[in-house]
Amino acid sequence: MRYALLIHYPQPSVSTLSEAEIREGMAAFQSYAKALEEAGVLRSAEVLQTIASATSVSVRQGKLQIQDGPFADTREAFAGIFMIDVPDLDAALAWAEKCPAARWGTVEVRPSGVRFVDGAWKSAS
Amino acid sequence: MEERVLSDTVAVRAEELARTAYGRLLAILAARDGDIESAEDALADAFASALRGWPESGIPANPEAWLLTAARNRRHDVRRSAAHRLADPLDVLERRRLTVVDEIDPDAIPDRRLALLFVCAHPAIDPAVRTPLMLQTVLGFDAEQIARAFAIPAATMAQRLVRAKRRIRDARIPFAVPDRAQMPERLGPVLEGVYGTYAIDFPIVAGSQPRESLAAESHYLAETLAELLPDEPEALGLAALISLSLARRDARGTHEELVPLDRQDPARWDATLIALGERRLHQARSLGRIGRFQIEGAIQSVHCARAKSGVTDWRALHTLHAALLSFSPTLGARVAHAAALARVEGPGAGLAALDAIEDDAVKRFQPAWATRAHLLEDAGRATEASHAYERAISLATDVAVRRYLEGRMARLDRRVEDARS
Repeated sequence: MRYALLIHYPQPSVSTLSEAEIREGMAAFQSYAKALEEAGVLRSAEVLQTIASATSVSVRQGKLQIQDGPFADTREAFAGIFMIDVPDLDAALAWAEKCPAARWGTVEVRPSGVRFVDGAWKSAS
Repeated sequence: MEERVLSDTVAVRAEELARTAYGRLLAILAARDGDIESAEDALADAFASALRGWPESGIPANPEAWLLTAARNRRHDVRRSAAHRLADPLDVLERRRLTVVDEIDPDAIPDRRLALLFVCAHPAIDPAVRTPLMLQTVLGFDAEQIARAFAIPAATMAQRLVRAKRRIRDARIPFAVPDRAQMPERLGPVLEGVYGTYAIDFPIVAGSQPRESLAAESHYLAETLAELLPDEPEALGLAALISLSLARRDARGTHEELVPLDRQDPARWDATLIALGERRLHQARSLGRIGRFQIEGAIQSVHCARAKSGVTDWRALHTLHAALLSFSPTLGARVAHAAALARVEGPGAGLAALDAIEDDAVKRFQPAWATRAHLLEDAGRATEASHAYERAISLATDVAVRRYLEGRMARLDRRVEDARS
């Protein structure tokens, strides 16, 4: 079963983080991703740039709307995603608990519904 | 060249002092007005001027007294310059001259570290920050080192520590050791805080470096506490528990390969630490008040006894695990009890004990599944065992644990295959 670990945390403007803190954070994510990979459960991982660089697009009544900024401007923002393949929710929760971001933000665990593989949408499980 | 050697010696000596005397000096400095932050600043300044001055003047006969005097003068100056910014400079100079010659013997001042530990674990302090606060004030760790051990950003940890220290100062949390009536209630959180340095739920770390360094420090803290509270059996029990567990550290394998307790080579256990732990346990027992940490220490002691007897006394272990349940019926304690019971009465009894755990969290509790898998395997129920191994593996985020269980499951599956063919 595939699960998305959706990472949310308060968005720091880059300037509030020291270089050492950024290095630390990167080292923590490196160890975490490596552990997921060694356990053979990692499918993909991506951490996004801060919401300051987001652009939102919508089309209403045929009109394109491009907005500078994120879809929802909240204190804790979506920051990254780990797709993992584990037997069940409990295993997904065990990995979510170990995610470095769980200590300073929130990790939302959501099962995958369908996914696009080899030209067609397939059930994820 | 010679100067270089001398300054190296000074640096080494200052480091030694920082290790052994930091908490003692900080406790003395902070006890007077409860202001830990300013005491830390003053002590840091004192260490800095020692590093600057000692290479030239030589290391003083009583370095601790020197540091204490320097830190006190520093605090005094800071306070004076804040209070009387327009004061006569000559007056300031005069005061400084007077206090520097003051000879202070820290050994003559009662050790305030115990009071400091009770401050750190005061009910008004957030339980989550108690252990970090102990590491910082008694051992002198900086926020960055502590943050690394707890895997949270350094800025967050620093903020929590500062908030706690201001709370201690502003709310006037007393630097006092609770009296006999309050002791039972107040000691628990102090023991938990010290135990917390040993039992940090470590996040996934590359290598095992932070794990090892903190284990030694937590042993130092527990031993300090035992020495300061020789009449509290649980403080002695905690010191025993940490000594006896730490004694087996080198035999436990690496972060990639786990060697379970019953396969460890007792020759690789640390005999000195075992002897120290046994002594603490004996001391505790003579006081005649049993408790959770003493029982956990006794459990470790039975395991360590294999180094001499060559066998493990499972009957004694089962009795101790059953006793532990009445003090601390945690999920971990209940699973460990089931495992010990199985050694005495067979895997069926152990499995029944696992089934009897009603807590819903047991379904997500990795050690419960690993134990169940072992017991099912021992009972000859291979298919169910294989399923339980799978579940235990899926819940394991630790590489070493995962590899160990995968190995056991593969061997089990092979035996089933062989039996079929």
